[in-house]
Amino acid sequence: MDQMNMPLTPEQPAVWHDPARHIFKVSRRSFTDTQVFRDEYRRIFDTCWLYLGHESELVKPGDFVSRIVAKRSILFTRDATKKINAFFNACPHRGAQVCRERKGNAKSFQCFYHGWVFGSDGTLKSQPGAECYPADFNANGAGNLVPVPRIDSYRGFWFICFDRNVQSLSDYLANAKEWIDIIADQSEVGMTLVGGTQEYQIRANWKLLTENSIDGYHAINTHATYVDYLKNMQGSMSPVPFDGTGYDLGNGHAVIEYKAPWGRPVAQWIPLWGEEGKVELAKVRARLVERFGEARADRIATLNRNMFIFPNLVINDIMAITVRTYFPTAPDAMQVSGWALAPQDESPWARKFRLSNFLEFLGPGGFATPDDVEALEQCQRGYEAMKEAPWNDMSKGMIKDKVNYDDELQMRVFWNEWQRRTGATAMAREETR
Amino acid sequence: MSTVAIETVTREQVEDFMFLEAEMLDEWRLKEWLGLFTADGAYYVPTTDTPADASPDNALFYVADDRFRLEQRVERLLKRTAHAEFPKSKTRHLVSNVRIRGRKDDELDVGAAVLTYRTKMGLTETYIGSYRYRIAVTPDGLRIREKRCILDMEGLKPNGRISIIL
Repeated sequence: MDQMNMPLTPEQPAVWHDPARHIFKVSRRSFTDTQVFRDEYRRIFDTCWLYLGHESELVKPGDFVSRIVAKRSILFTRDATKKINAFFNACPHRGAQVCRERKGNAKSFQCFYHGWVFGSDGTLKSQPGAECYPADFNANGAGNLVPVPRIDSYRGFWFICFDRNVQSLSDYLANAKEWIDIIADQSEVGMTLVGGTQEYQIRANWKLLTENSIDGYHAINTHATYVDYLKNMQGSMSPVPFDGTGYDLGNGHAVIEYKAPWGRPVAQWIPLWGEEGKVELAKVRARLVERFGEARADRIATLNRNMFIFPNLVINDIMAITVRTYFPTAPDAMQVSGWALAPQDESPWARKFRLSNFLEFLGPGGFATPDDVEALEQCQRGYEAMKEAPWNDMSKGMIKDKVNYDDELQMRVFWNEWQRRTGATAMAREETR
Repeated sequence: MSTVAIETVTREQVEDFMFLEAEMLDEWRLKEWLGLFTADGAYYVPTTDTPADASPDNALFYVADDRFRLEQRVERLLKRTAHAEFPKSKTRHLVSNVRIRGRKDDELDVGAAVLTYRTKMGLTETYIGSYRYRIAVTPDGLRIREKRCILDMEGLKPNGRISIIL
């Protein structure tokens, strides 16, 4: 019996997918191995489109944000011509970070080391001792901040890629665009990140958070106290049972879309929100119907979405909307950033209830996320025995024609793409000796 | 303290009150701890890139509990199914630099420094920050109307959660 749980061969793929036998297993080596971790940077983070930021972070010319993306410090700016740019935050002279503030507004950035000055469009404006350089020193632009090879946006979400030859963002996002539209369409003037970033570190492999963010199966157990909380609060639920399905969106992206009993500021009313809320949500709903017709309005307003965009962007449109991205710093550690996204034009009433909803469930101080963090860290601990207990099971729902939102199709979509890109094996070479 | 006028409350009295609160938290006497709050008491932990005096109505916080949610937080934390705190972590709240910054009506504006250690599963995490309290002087004694923990950290890193009361 023991043999059943061991790899068939040491060199078999880390993802063991046998549809005919309804087998889908993932090697626990994928979560612990330093070679896998290095390969992930080379084959995934260095070559995929990665989320950089939201257009609402750069409103006025000169607005900037500096942010770490796949270990690189990136300067995200809106220049004087209102164009959005991404540069490596490293002085072309000797490499020091030219911007050490996290966000702000500036006409220019001066490297404090030798004093080179750059515009928010990245061009070198001046350098002390310019007379010691040839007159055409920067004729070829080599003195400017180095732009990130590719930058593009979709519906306000800005992405970058370090691989100049990557496919277009539009092709890369594939069918995820349809679901991004559903979220972006919640405002007529544009969505905005609400001020305040939740930043935390989980002592677990980054792929565990991918799985967890789109896992409809764990809620009843992991989040028992959140459900208790909803039950304890008068009028916190509408009479809507959990029901929905999971979708493969292509290129490793996936989503679950489902009904749930909690209130949604766009737009599922709960008695707790009272008559004022009822009137407000009816208005929001009516406007959606005018803009999109009954069917799409209903989908926008009453369905929840947990969406994953390969490799590390989560947009969950649930009791509030969270945008979450995360990068590994080691096989057993990741850094997470989370934001709240909201319609710019929603009322102060709606904004208040949205943020209240957000904090009840989401984030490291909420009633749910701390238990997710605990689960991920406990999994990582379990993987220390990966040589003797080498497999995770991810087969829930494989026997069905139509999967449910609490099956594991969406995680299988991620893992198949991860396997395709990394070519990782179930066991490391040295373990096969 | 039933007849104590707000002008006569001393820093020592406020310190005793805050040290008692820290002891209750470290001994997981959370239901008793709730009794230190007024009926409209609130507890906040803002995000670290938000102004310390921001409002949770328009900025994203880590924690923004009104009295109801605070009671629910306590109820949750005392359950076995609050997985992040089962088994319970050991904590130590060190409260220092206590100062009465102002007095208005029935309320004291109190500032302090705080360092909290949380130990679980072979790991000790630290939470560094300051406190701002609005403390009501009531016939029953001092009561917390608002407790705000302002973290002196870049996010929560290297920590992953605020699963204890800070």
